[in-house]
Amino acid sequence: MNIAVCVKHVPDPNLPMEMDGTRLKRAGVQGVLDPGDEFGVEAALQIKEGHGADVTLVSMGPEASSEALRRGLSMGADRAILVSDGALEGADALATARVLQRAIERTKPDLVVAAVESTDGYTGTMPAALAQFMGWPQVTFATQVEIKDRTLRAHRQTTTGYHVVECELPVMITVTAGINEPRYASFKGIMAAKKKPLERLALADLGLSAVDVRPAQEIVELSKAEEHRSGQVIVDEGEAAGRVAAFLREAKVI
Amino acid sequence: MDFDLADEQHDFVRSLRSFVDDVIRPRAEAWDESHELPLEAVEQMASLGLFGLPFPERYGGSGADFLTLCLAIEEIARVDSSLAITLEAAVSLGAMPIYLFGTEEQKSRWLPPLAAGEALAGFGLTEPGGGSDAGATRTSARLADGHWLINGSKSFITNSGTAITSFVTVTAVTGTRDGDKEISAFIVPTGTAGFQVGKDYRKMGWWHSDTHELSFSDCRVPEDHLLGSKGEGFRNFLRILDDGRIAIAALAVGLAQGCLDESLRYASDRTAFGRPIGSFQGLQFKLADMAMKVELARGAYYRASWLKQQGRPYRKEACMAKLFASESAVDVARDAVQIHGGYGYIEEFPVCRHFRDSKILEIGEGTSEIMRVLIARELGLTGS
Repeated sequence: MNIAVCVKHVPDPNLPMEMDGTRLKRAGVQGVLDPGDEFGVEAALQIKEGHGADVTLVSMGPEASSEALRRGLSMGADRAILVSDGALEGADALATARVLQRAIERTKPDLVVAAVESTDGYTGTMPAALAQFMGWPQVTFATQVEIKDRTLRAHRQTTTGYHVVECELPVMITVTAGINEPRYASFKGIMAAKKKPLERLALADLGLSAVDVRPAQEIVELSKAEEHRSGQVIVDEGEAAGRVAAFLREAKVI
Repeated sequence: MDFDLADEQHDFVRSLRSFVDDVIRPRAEAWDESHELPLEAVEQMASLGLFGLPFPERYGGSGADFLTLCLAIEEIARVDSSLAITLEAAVSLGAMPIYLFGTEEQKSRWLPPLAAGEALAGFGLTEPGGGSDAGATRTSARLADGHWLINGSKSFITNSGTAITSFVTVTAVTGTRDGDKEISAFIVPTGTAGFQVGKDYRKMGWWHSDTHELSFSDCRVPEDHLLGSKGEGFRNFLRILDDGRIAIAALAVGLAQGCLDESLRYASDRTAFGRPIGSFQGLQFKLADMAMKVELARGAYYRASWLKQQGRPYRKEACMAKLFASESAVDVARDAVQIHGGYGYIEEFPVCRHFRDSKILEIGEGTSEIMRVLIARELGLTGS
């Protein structure tokens, strides 16, 4: 079985984010393998360990993205593909999906794994577009996956519980954070990763040109999310209970 | 000159830092309260290959260099000195003598479980009557009927009494040579008749590392349990101690770095007289000194490791690294408690534990006084 995992190199989410116009500042910022993608890599590795599989990591981004791929390889993935091309600067989710589809098709996959959304752009639309381009069904928000014969069985997170769904391979899945506990790279894994194949491709290698990846959307404005307002503190001077009750009535809680 | 770590070392430190922050940090305090080595932590560290780092893959190791081991010890010590010393003692005192001085048969029998972290081994050198004066060893071993008969006792032996301890390497007098005691080393498996593991010490720090007094009374081990050539035990163990000193320096740097990180955070969060206490020059000077000691101690152990790996003499540099790093760790931990004020004196704040854990660094694997004696000797001074 061949598994392709979509991974992304993102600015370290533990560091403060800086904007550059309507785009996230990336130059000179410490990048990491998107923490959300670690769950996808781990899910693929667990399937590999259970059934035997060849796991390919696929990423689109500048050369620095090879760091994220190396991290995934040191966890245990077998090979990696990085699509880098000047024409891809500023690509949107749709263009990314088109590029990844072409790259992923080269691996003849039975299963494609992605995180629900990236930890930088947060559009959450790339996996759906990718499934569409592949012409495959997709199972989203997986919190548990198993494969039996050629059937995938997954738990899909919902707001109140989960669905159990089954789907024939090939299929595209998105996995949630918490589906597993991603492993830490060992020294041996890190050394082994240095010898694993990392294929670098440009747009032309995928039969695409700059016209095919023109952004379909434009971000016209960005603004900060409203910060959580601090709560109201009621100091008890004999009438606190009444004030709490009034507050709750106003909120239509009681 | 190149002061950068290799790419793989850099990646490994990053991976290990996430492991330490996610897995060890949240439990370090509770483990310490339990006064017992948490075997689940050993298992998790083993899954990262930490116990086999410097050994070749054919013995189940990772084939890393000695500096990489030290980097791992430093990372763990930022958060948990007990686990850092467990790793240090397991690798550089428990497994290393087998790797360096064992026969091929001894290596293939004893090393793989140690490298996998499935077993631990102790290093029995110090005795109740003497630590640094290794030549004053009183434990004896006598060959009779194809077996060594060992009698004596050992003190403060790390990893000697855990549920997964497979053996202890013990030094013993096997005769005299040119008027001096002839010392040899022996592998004594756990459970050998006559080998008694005493109860755990009540220590000032390192509460969840495993430390015992051991006694041997007519303890019989087969003749092939001699480790290294007969009479070479003392010389061999001096070499083990040189390396151990660099590893202890790494541990001290980790502890000091942990104290510095906690102190920087506290100094920016805590306010007094309407502003963060870190904005007062008195504290800034203290923090600057702490940071300087951490950096210089780290440079010292990096260089000692590098000399060792280059195959060049490194005893003086190992002693200096151990001496400077351990004294710096005690200074930095004391200042960290001071910066935390009353909170530094209660166990909920890690610097309290770090302070308790720091003092032993000036004592274990060669006291500060012995370090100075050895450095003076390397300078060509005689008489002490």
